[in-house]
Amino acid sequence: MRTIRVGAGAGFSGDRIEPAVELAEKGELDFLVFECLAERTIALAQLARMADPNAGYDPMLERRMQAVLPACAARGTRIISNMGAANPLAAAEKVREIADQLGLGNLKIAAVTGDDVIDAVIDGSFVLDETGAPACALGDRLISANAYIGASPIVSALEAGADIVLTGRASDPAMFLAPLVHSFGWAMDDWHRLGCGTVIGHLLECAAQVTGGYFADPEYKDVPNLARLGFPLAEVAKDGDAVITKVAGTGGQVTRATCTEQLLYEIHDPSCYAQPDVIADFSRVTLAEDGPDRIRVSGATGTPRTGMLKVSVGYDDGWLGEGQISYAGPGAEARGRLAIELLRERLAANGPAVRETRGELIGVDAILGNDGAYPCTPREVRVRFAARCVTRADAARIGEEVESLYLNGPSGGGGATRSVRQILGVASTLIPEELVETRVQMVES
Amino acid sequence: MRLRELAHSRTGDKGDTSNISVIAYRAEDWPLIRETVTVAKVTALFGPQIAGEVTRYELPQLCALNFVLKGALRGGVTRSLALDAHGKCLGSAILEMEVSAHDGGTGAGH
Repeated sequence: MRTIRVGAGAGFSGDRIEPAVELAEKGELDFLVFECLAERTIALAQLARMADPNAGYDPMLERRMQAVLPACAARGTRIISNMGAANPLAAAEKVREIADQLGLGNLKIAAVTGDDVIDAVIDGSFVLDETGAPACALGDRLISANAYIGASPIVSALEAGADIVLTGRASDPAMFLAPLVHSFGWAMDDWHRLGCGTVIGHLLECAAQVTGGYFADPEYKDVPNLARLGFPLAEVAKDGDAVITKVAGTGGQVTRATCTEQLLYEIHDPSCYAQPDVIADFSRVTLAEDGPDRIRVSGATGTPRTGMLKVSVGYDDGWLGEGQISYAGPGAEARGRLAIELLRERLAANGPAVRETRGELIGVDAILGNDGAYPCTPREVRVRFAARCVTRADAARIGEEVESLYLNGPSGGGGATRSVRQILGVASTLIPEELVETRVQMVES
Repeated sequence: MRLRELAHSRTGDKGDTSNISVIAYRAEDWPLIRETVTVAKVTALFGPQIAGEVTRYELPQLCALNFVLKGALRGGVTRSLALDAHGKCLGSAILEMEVSAHDGGTGAGH
């Protein structure tokens, strides 16, 4: 049997579109998968759906589909994506509309629903990992609860002939595992192959992060033609081994180094990567060169799944108010520190109710903290002051206080900016898989 | 010498936990990295920034270590007030670590 070719068309919701088009046109793909749903993205999408029942899917769905549908339809490349976010049905309707506009008839578009488990979470007493308190105790602050569903409903959609499958919260690797299960007829208790497919999905799910993105470090790790960085594809064999590669002529590189970094990305115990369908074991994976920009992946395996699904719980966590201002020249750091002291005093004396504050000097101690080891005197610093507040109005006061440093702070402040945004906290819990009922609904162009 | 001369690194995040890989450029440097880039040294490098425990996993066939740092992200990506809420810059900082053949010494790597 020939290999199955699976490409990654996006690694996050705002990802570049041109490399996906390049993959669709030149990758000779059987499947093109778009991973677009980060932890908090689905809570944002749920808020959008509450405001408009026809919204709540990925804001770039239209642009992405308009760009790749002609090439995918011409070649018969099938698309799988979690761009359905909080509203896979509305997303499927939108894609049908786009297909009709493009004159692409007879496309079957599946919506996979059932990941929304907010009712079960409200009725149950599922304890949050982060706080140790039950999720239902969040009360009115609870916005969304979505289970990470596995490959099975996506396989069902492919088996029903779907050309495009749109899900909500699905496990990222499962979107890549599903087309392999479908194409090769792997059993859903073939833990070894499910483990292999999960590793392949894990390597592909962040798209350019395996082809030289998030990798370059001049003189240590140079990446050729990074500006034209291409997205990856896997050539997968029935036994579960695969070659990770990219379209010839695109920028970037696929090497043992890029693949090793991505293999361990967001992994804790490599022998125990818990997924909805399997516990994947990455601990004995080997990566071997198989020609230029080709890495052969072998040695993965798996053990039976736990029967519990991870649930992302999104909740209202107040408002973040922030302001920034710069100081330069001799004494820049001391003036920056004085500015932070003033902000703390003024906000404590007359300010809004704040739950938590953070003041820092960007370029000095904002990322790695201040352990006194900073080796030189900065020529310029940027003060950043942020606070978590209960109300939007209170959060707005933070930036106002920072801006007023122009006339009321240390000498020479410049370039003040301010912002306010809602904070959506995300916590996680586990739910028995029996409580999650998935469903596939099909529309046709 | 600095670890940067021997290894590269990538950082990932899940909730309030950060993971940092340390990967040898050359197989011949793997024994030194395995010996000297210990939990104790990583804990000391990040100091009070890490609230929870640090665990190390070894993948000898890839000449790679994986460190898991609990409580590293001030409440997690979605809640944190930090500029780099993901902690994506942490992995680069680990490459500042000084390593030499005289370090470690326990042979256990922990």
